[in-house]
Amino acid sequence: MMNNTSLLRNDERAVLALRELYHTHGYTPYKMNKFEEYDLYVRNKSFLVSDHVITFTDTNGKLMAMKPDVTLSIIKNGKDGDALQKVYYHENVYRVSGRTGDFREIMQAGLECIGDVDGFAVFEVLTLAAKSLLKISPDCVLDISHLGILTAVLDTLSVTGATREQLIRCIGEKNTHELGAICLGAGVAPERTALLQTLVSSYGKPSTVLPALEGLLAGTVDAALLREFSALIHALERTECGDIVRIDFSVVSDMGYYNGIVFKGFVSGVPSDILSGGQYDGLMRKMGRSAGAIGFAVYLDRLERLSEQERSYDVDVALLYGEDADPAALYRAAGNLIAQGKTVTVLRELPEKLRYHTLMKFDEKEGRLCE
Amino acid sequence: MNKMLNVALPKGRLGEKVYAMFAKAGFPCPSILEPNRKLIFENPEAGVRYFWVKPSDVPIYVERGVADIGVAGKDILLEYRPDVYELLDLDIGKCRMAVAAPKGFYDDPRRTLRVATKFSNIARGYYASLGRDIDIIHLNGSIEIAPIMGLSDVIVDIVETGTTLKENDLEVIATVVPISARLIANKASFKFKNEQIEQIAKSIATGTEAKA
Repeated sequence: MMNNTSLLRNDERAVLALRELYHTHGYTPYKMNKFEEYDLYVRNKSFLVSDHVITFTDTNGKLMAMKPDVTLSIIKNGKDGDALQKVYYHENVYRVSGRTGDFREIMQAGLECIGDVDGFAVFEVLTLAAKSLLKISPDCVLDISHLGILTAVLDTLSVTGATREQLIRCIGEKNTHELGAICLGAGVAPERTALLQTLVSSYGKPSTVLPALEGLLAGTVDAALLREFSALIHALERTECGDIVRIDFSVVSDMGYYNGIVFKGFVSGVPSDILSGGQYDGLMRKMGRSAGAIGFAVYLDRLERLSEQERSYDVDVALLYGEDADPAALYRAAGNLIAQGKTVTVLRELPEKLRYHTLMKFDEKEGRLCE
Repeated sequence: MNKMLNVALPKGRLGEKVYAMFAKAGFPCPSILEPNRKLIFENPEAGVRYFWVKPSDVPIYVERGVADIGVAGKDILLEYRPDVYELLDLDIGKCRMAVAAPKGFYDDPRRTLRVATKFSNIARGYYASLGRDIDIIHLNGSIEIAPIMGLSDVIVDIVETGTTLKENDLEVIATVVPISARLIANKASFKFKNEQIEQIAKSIATGTEAKA
């Protein structure tokens, strides 16, 4: 009997697994329109992965956009005072992809937890992010950073404006040499520069990285914040996903929107992150909401290149028939093969590029098949 | 080492210098020195595979994960802004991105400045930081001719010794940014081949051989 999931592509298999995962954790599906008022995206342009949006004029003259993002719509359609809102989605979004400058339809899945986000909610979302990666591939990592800690270290440098932005870019690139040069130019004390450089270049499992960082950051970062971060990471380490957790303070999302925990997920075989998320209270404030929020998106389009089991042929049987073949007998013969679990294509002539396992002919006179 | 590390090297003199640094750091591949036209070389014992690519293509190979690490000039990185880690300044291939103009050039602020360059994004960013209105003329080579023939007022280009400028009666009027070769890494490879990449970066930085 044919295994139905073998027909699915990587992204389709992932969607099934992710929806099941989120559903079993009490997240409800969130379905939305493909279109949204363009104004929503203009006001929050820098939150978007790309600021290019496909627009069109609605029948009533309103400028509309093909949705480039899901989170903004979910926030817009909720209101403060609601109980903790836990939703997941699986939607197509429309964005400019890479350097090609062309728009693409991108399949994205993810979840959002909006409301009174407490320690457990953060822990649960991180665990679900890790489990999402494991559903896609066992060879994966979840990099976690804390923007509160990074901000505290940056604040000690007393640099603002363009210099701070340059530093944040260097942090994202793990570019400690340029970071050092910028700090030197800005007159930052060498020991403070060294602290930031160590923080940015530290990477690895929490058991290796955290103890060293805790000592290094004590006195610079609020002790309660450090304790809270360590406790969260240690709790994650104790779960079944603990092995894929890494500490990486070079994960920097837009600090105007994100705060607290931010994270990115990678699977071996895909050259860029396939999961990205964090706490985005800043975005909530900008959209007039007082509640907290955390969520993540899984970029399913990036799974396209993840090695799938290569099929050496397109079809099990190529079945050829002649002019005089009886359609009913021919269809019956093909049906018998399908009932045996084979895939069958019935043809008058063999296409040049068809890859098949077995070539069969339908004998019109005898009404049977021969190889 | 269980995974082969793919390294994109820039073709040419810089690439040869870079290979020497990698070899010294404990990742040799002697076949690369044989005189032939092969582009891919590997040394399974050292766990490394090198390939020569056009210098401006190195970040593309690294960003797309075909190469785990590579060496590219800062000019290319600033121009194309690939989403990669920039792990080391190798302190070789040093030069500068500069604005050059015909000798005695006067920049009339009332007119839009016409800038000829191969590095449109760098030029645009530099003049935006000065608040100067410019007209970018993107060229692919022989940039020095542009102001001589009246195509542009100034050029933004890489200056190494300044000889080409001098021979064409041009002079540097401003330095945009110093340039040197950088060790870059693919973000996903950095996670999955972390030990090898960190080891190679550390060995190159300290000029010592990596421990197996």
